[in-house]
Amino acid sequence: MSDLPDTNVLEVDNLSVSYSTEGGELKALRDVSLDVPRGDIVGIVGESGCGKSTLISAIIGLLAPNARPASGAIRFRGEDLLGVNDDKMRALRGDEIAMVFQDPMTSLNPVLTIGRQMRDIQYRLPDSKAEKNARSIRMLQRVGIPDPESRLHDHPHQLSGGMKQRVAIAMALMMKPALLIADEPTTALDATLEVQIIHQLKRLQEDIGCSILFISHHLGVIAELCDRVAVMYAGEVVESGTVREIFHAPEHPYTRMLLACDPGAISERTRVLPIIRGFLPDLVDLPRGCVFRDRCDSAIEACSDKPPLQVRGADRLVACHRAGETP
Amino acid sequence: MLRFITRRGALSVLIVVLAVSLLFGMIHMLPGDPASVILGPRATPALRAELNERMGLDRPFIVQLGRFLGNVATGDLGEDPFSRRKVADIVLEQLPFTLTLVFAAIAGATLLGVPLGCYSAIRRGSWLDRLAALLSVAFIAVPSFVVALYALMFFSVQLRWFPAIGAGDSGDLADQARHLVLPAIALGLGWIGYIARLVRASMLEVLEENHVRTARAFGLPERVIIGRYALRIAILPTVTILGLGIGTMLSGALFAEIVFSRPGIGKLLYESVMTRNYPVVMGSVLVTTVFFVACTLASDIVNALLDPRLRESEGR
Ligand SMILES: Nc1ncnc2c1ncn2[C@@H]1O[C@H](COP(=O)(O)OP(=O)(O)O)[C@@H](O)[C@H]1O
Ligand SMILES: [Mg+2]
Repeated sequence: MSDLPDTNVLEVDNLSVSYSTEGGELKALRDVSLDVPRGDIVGIVGESGCGKSTLISAIIGLLAPNARPASGAIRFRGEDLLGVNDDKMRALRGDEIAMVFQDPMTSLNPVLTIGRQMRDIQYRLPDSKAEKNARSIRMLQRVGIPDPESRLHDHPHQLSGGMKQRVAIAMALMMKPALLIADEPTTALDATLEVQIIHQLKRLQEDIGCSILFISHHLGVIAELCDRVAVMYAGEVVESGTVREIFHAPEHPYTRMLLACDPGAISERTRVLPIIRGFLPDLVDLPRGCVFRDRCDSAIEACSDKPPLQVRGADRLVACHRAGETP
Repeated sequence: MLRFITRRGALSVLIVVLAVSLLFGMIHMLPGDPASVILGPRATPALRAELNERMGLDRPFIVQLGRFLGNVATGDLGEDPFSRRKVADIVLEQLPFTLTLVFAAIAGATLLGVPLGCYSAIRRGSWLDRLAALLSVAFIAVPSFVVALYALMFFSVQLRWFPAIGAGDSGDLADQARHLVLPAIALGLGWIGYIARLVRASMLEVLEENHVRTARAFGLPERVIIGRYALRIAILPTVTILGLGIGTMLSGALFAEIVFSRPGIGKLLYESVMTRNYPVVMGSVLVTTVFFVACTLASDIVNALLDPRLRESEGR
């Protein structure tokens, strides 16, 4: 893997995904572009419904059955995943690209033991059952689960939510993936647990050397964990750049509003989502021009035309006509 | 788990005792007195009184019931007044035939119904799914004695593929198996579709659950996801229904045994009702009840083995 030193593990290029719905074609993602550099942690923030889960489902090739074929490109280590067949995609999942999901209460199988589930995901290895168990135990230890050996015999309902999410992280990192995708992994947990798990995740990421695509609507978590961040709104990336830049000098009005609602301190978090006046636009019948115009305080006439993504600074992108004006 | 089994076991015993008492009461209230059935209409009052006393029929109901339950607990189901044989012996002689029939039907229906249900769930809307749906409804709607009659006429009388009557020579397993085929089909046919529908519905539900998405995200092969991760949950309602359904099957077995003139509890019950042989009626119904309750208990236990959450919630 050292043959490609400074490249991106994942490059999403002009990805568009629509769902067929009764009301018509719901354009959940439109021309989304995003890079995950090797060894970096990239955050995605945005309100519910802005297309975060659709984005990661597209990356791992598990879009809902009513999704239309995606357009654009999703390059994983240079290979376009939209072009590979099901078997190849399945071979990558769990091995090179791993997932941690939002709700630890329901994301593990309720009738199989932890040990069984951890062994099963090692099915590609030729190892014996004992060796697989040993690997599971080591992994559980690394995510900070006490007495990991007896946990193997437990069923998920015997563990607390925090423990379950640690198990999920252990499972995801066990095969040493190149990319870990975490879909709001700490949203269901309380704040102290969240901090612990975030720090653990960061340590493990450094040990294993993987990249992480981290989805959250909690800015504090993003600030704490990520190197870079992309802000999504209604199926588009409206601003992206390094966490420093975005948090210290947000340029898109939506980013500014998010930061105003949630100053981004991980300890004093607001449990509720950021509240911004107005509603998300109808993704079936999109308004013309800027998607954020209806909710924007600084909208001008030019906003009835769609703003292009402008390059601002080193590698910051902003989709706003007024980017660069002093607010 | 042990605790779960003991609790459910105790409950089952209670249910059997209640059911048996109820049955005993019902027979007690039937018009006509057993003594005149046994002795014939021309028996003298003195003879009748003597028999009543010998059988304890002159005692209060509650005493009779208590004595009956006590006897049952020791395995004594009374005596057949005609042949003077022990009812327990008569019933136990017939029981294996019925058990073989019912289990063959259940096993066949499960082996066909579960894969069919899984397939229908995975390939929802495919032509096989639609055909299965159509046939299921058709076969569920047809009573098993009708299936039995037609199977008999077509496969035995016309095609002569299978024997029509009896249970086969004792000791000749192949012959017994050949005799089992048609009655088992008659009994199990409707169940194939029923099980397939049940499995399909719960499979579709389970496949939507988050843990299935997790399994897919780990790249597990689809056959492992369906066969191990999803089926183990999707099968739970079917196991419960099967446990209860064996009861329905027993009444189906009654018809199958009569149509195919096959020995078994059903036929025994039919004959003893016709001859008003109350002790044997009582004994066969009792054994059937115990069997039915045992089946529901077994399905509860199987479910608890499959789903640790059930063990947990009741075992504490
Ligand atoms: N299977 C689907 N069919 C139709 N619409 C969907 C489907 N999945 C998601 N959507 C819609 O797509 C949009 C993006 O959803 P999602 O990706 O789940 O957002 P997020 O994860 O950011 O909350 C929402 O408007 C949602 O209602
Ligand atoms: Mg989501």
